[in-house]
Amino acid sequence: MSGQDGKTAVQAGARRAWDETALKKALAQKPDRPASFTTVSDFPIGRLYTAEDLDGWNASDRLGLPGEPPFTRGVHPTMYRGRLWTMRQFAGFGSAEDTNQRFRYLLEHGQTGLSVAFDLPTLMGRDSDDALAEGEVGREGVAIDTLADMEILFRGIPLAEVSTSMTINAPAAILLAMYLAVAEKQGVPFDVLEGTIQNDILKEYIAQKEWIYPPGPSMRLITDMIVFCTGKVPKWNTISISGYHIREAGSTAVQELAFTLADGLAYVQAGVDRGLSVDAFAPRLSFFFNAHIDLFEEIAKLRAARRMWCRFLRERFAAKNPRSWTLRTHVQTAGCSLTAQQPINNVVRVTIQALAAALGGTQSLHTNSLDETLALPSEDSVRIALRTQQIIAEESGVANTVDPLGGSYFVESLTDRMEEAALEYIRKIEAMGGMVSAIERGFPQREIAEAAYRYQRQLDSGEKTLVGVNKHTEGSGPPPPLLRIDHEVERAQLDRLRRVRRERDQGRHARSLAALETAARSDENVVPHVFEAVRAYASVQEISDALKNVFGTYREGAVTL
Amino acid sequence: MGSVPGVRLLVGKVGLDGHDRGAKIIARALRDAGFEVVYTGLHQTPEMVVATALQEDVDGIGLSILSGAHLTLFSKILKLLKEKGSDDIVVFGGGIIPDEDTPKLLEAGVRCIFTPGTTTQQVIDWVRRNVVPRRR
Repeated sequence: MSGQDGKTAVQAGARRAWDETALKKALAQKPDRPASFTTVSDFPIGRLYTAEDLDGWNASDRLGLPGEPPFTRGVHPTMYRGRLWTMRQFAGFGSAEDTNQRFRYLLEHGQTGLSVAFDLPTLMGRDSDDALAEGEVGREGVAIDTLADMEILFRGIPLAEVSTSMTINAPAAILLAMYLAVAEKQGVPFDVLEGTIQNDILKEYIAQKEWIYPPGPSMRLITDMIVFCTGKVPKWNTISISGYHIREAGSTAVQELAFTLADGLAYVQAGVDRGLSVDAFAPRLSFFFNAHIDLFEEIAKLRAARRMWCRFLRERFAAKNPRSWTLRTHVQTAGCSLTAQQPINNVVRVTIQALAAALGGTQSLHTNSLDETLALPSEDSVRIALRTQQIIAEESGVANTVDPLGGSYFVESLTDRMEEAALEYIRKIEAMGGMVSAIERGFPQREIAEAAYRYQRQLDSGEKTLVGVNKHTEGSGPPPPLLRIDHEVERAQLDRLRRVRRERDQGRHARSLAALETAARSDENVVPHVFEAVRAYASVQEISDALKNVFGTYREGAVTL
Repeated sequence: MGSVPGVRLLVGKVGLDGHDRGAKIIARALRDAGFEVVYTGLHQTPEMVVATALQEDVDGIGLSILSGAHLTLFSKILKLLKEKGSDDIVVFGGGIIPDEDTPKLLEAGVRCIFTPGTTTQQVIDWVRRNVVPRRR
C-alpha cells in the first residue's frame, strides 16, 4: 500500500465511523428537511463530499495549474490579479442614434467593451419595412438596415480602441462586413480590430430559432467567414459558441455544456474539412455560457468546459498551439431565472450568478438588469447591473486569488460528474453523425423541451422554489419605471432606409448583389462579395435574399401535439 | 385527467420572436390536460395564424409574444378574425407584457393575458372555464 492509498483508507475509515455515529445520531434527532437536494437542473447533490469522492483523482491530470492544460483552473496564469474580466453590458434599442448614446454612456461609466443587441428584423435578415418587421423595429435591439445605420451606431467611437461584440447569427457576415466598412471609413486597419461576432448558427436551430438558411449552407457561410477573418481580421473572434440560449430555452446545465461543446466540435471539423490548419483558426473560437442560479453547478460547468475543450482540441484535432486548447468565454447571467414578481429580488439573483461566473473563471461578463422580465432595461437598472459586477470585482475579494474553489472535494467532484454526463451526450450526438444530423433529427431540441417542461412542473408542484412566484409571494411593491420604445423610431428608420435606397449608386448596388449570388452558387468565398454589397449600401434583407435565392430557407411547420 | 370533448386549441408564435419555451410548455400542458392542440411553429404572420386557426377549426387561440410587439400583433389577429366572421374564437395570450398594456389588450378583445409566473394549471383551468366548442 502506498502512502497516498494508506491515507485514503484512513480517511474512508473515519468517514464510515462518522456515518455510523455522529451522522446517525444527528439524523435521529433532526431528519433532513423534506427538500429535494438537487441542483436547479435536477442534478443530485450529496450530503457531504470528502477525499473519498475524489478517489483516484489526480490533481496534475484533472486540474493542472492556471494557464496550463487542461485549464480547469483558468486560461491565464494570473487570472483576475493580472486583469479583471471585461464588463460588457449588452445594449441596443431604438435607432442607431439612441444606441450610440447608450454606448457612450456605458463607456463613460467604466464599461470596457461594447456589445451590440440588434432588433429582431435585423437578426432575421429583414429590413425595417418588411411585413414581418411591423411592430418590431428597434424594439429588442437596434435597427440596422444599411451601412448608413452602422455609421451612426459607431459615430465618435474609435474602433481601434474598443472591442466590440455583435450578437448576430444568420446575417453575421453582413453585419461584420458593415463593421469593417465603418473601420475602413475611420481609417482603422482590419488587423487591429478586436471583437467577437456570435455567428453560431447551430444553437439557433437548437434553441434561439433565429435562422434563415438550412443548416448545410449556413455551415458553409460560417466556414467562409472563418477563412476570411483568419486571413484579414486576425484578432476577431469568428464564432462565439453559445450555450446561453440553449439554457434560456430550458436546458439543464449538463445539456448546455454538452450541446455547446458538440456545436464547437462541428465548427472545428468544418474548418478542418475546408483545409484550414486547426491552429490557424481554433484560437479565435470563443464561447458564451449562461450563469444560472445554482452557484456550484455553474462554477463546475465552466471548469469542466475548459477541461473538455482542451482535451478535444489536443487529442482529437491534434492542435499544437496552446491558444487552440483554451476555452475563453463570455458569461451572461440567466434572464430566464429572473422574475416579474418582486423585481428588486432580481438584483440578488444576478449577484449570485455573477459570482458564479467570476468563481468559474470567465473572461467577460454581462449582468442582467432587474427589469428585464418586464421590458428592455432602463438606464438606472443597467447601472445597478454594472455596479453589481464592480462590487464583486473590487470589493468582495473573490478576484484576489486564482480559482479559489480548486481542490474543493465538492466542486471537483461535481466538475467530474458534469463532465462525465456531458460526454455521454456528446457520444450520443456523434453516434447520430454529429451535431448537424442530430439537429435534423430534432434530438437536442427534444431534450431541451423535455427539461423545460419538467422544470415548469416542478415549479407548479412546489418541488422547486422561485421566491416571489411560488413561495414567499406576499409584498410586491410598485413596478419599476420601464423603458418604452417610441413608435417614432419605426417611422424615422423607414425614412432613412428609403433615402438610402434612393440615393445610393444603383449600378454598383445591382452589380454587387449579382456578383454575390454568382459567388454563392460556386465554391468561391462569399464574404468579400458581402463586403462589396455592404459598401454599395445594399440592405441586410437585399443581401440575405440574394443568398436565399441560392441557399433556400429553413422552416419550422405547424405540429399537432 | 378527463378529456375535454371537442375543444380544439391553437398555440401560436407570431412575428419574428423565436422564444418558444413558454409556447411549447403551454401547448404540451394543454394537450396533457385533454385538449386537442395544434402548435403553429415559429415566425408566423397574423394572416398565417388566422388561416391555420380556420383550417384547423379551433375554438381558442393562445399566443405567446416576448418581443414587445404584442399590441401590434394581437390587434391584427383580432381584426383578421373579425373580417373572417370568426371573432367567436377565444383569443388569449402571454409573454413579456407590461401591466399597463394589459387593459389595452383586453379592451381590444383579448380575453385573458397570463403574466410570467402563471402555473400551467392556472392556464388549463382558465381555458376549461372560458373556451367552449364553437357552433359549427
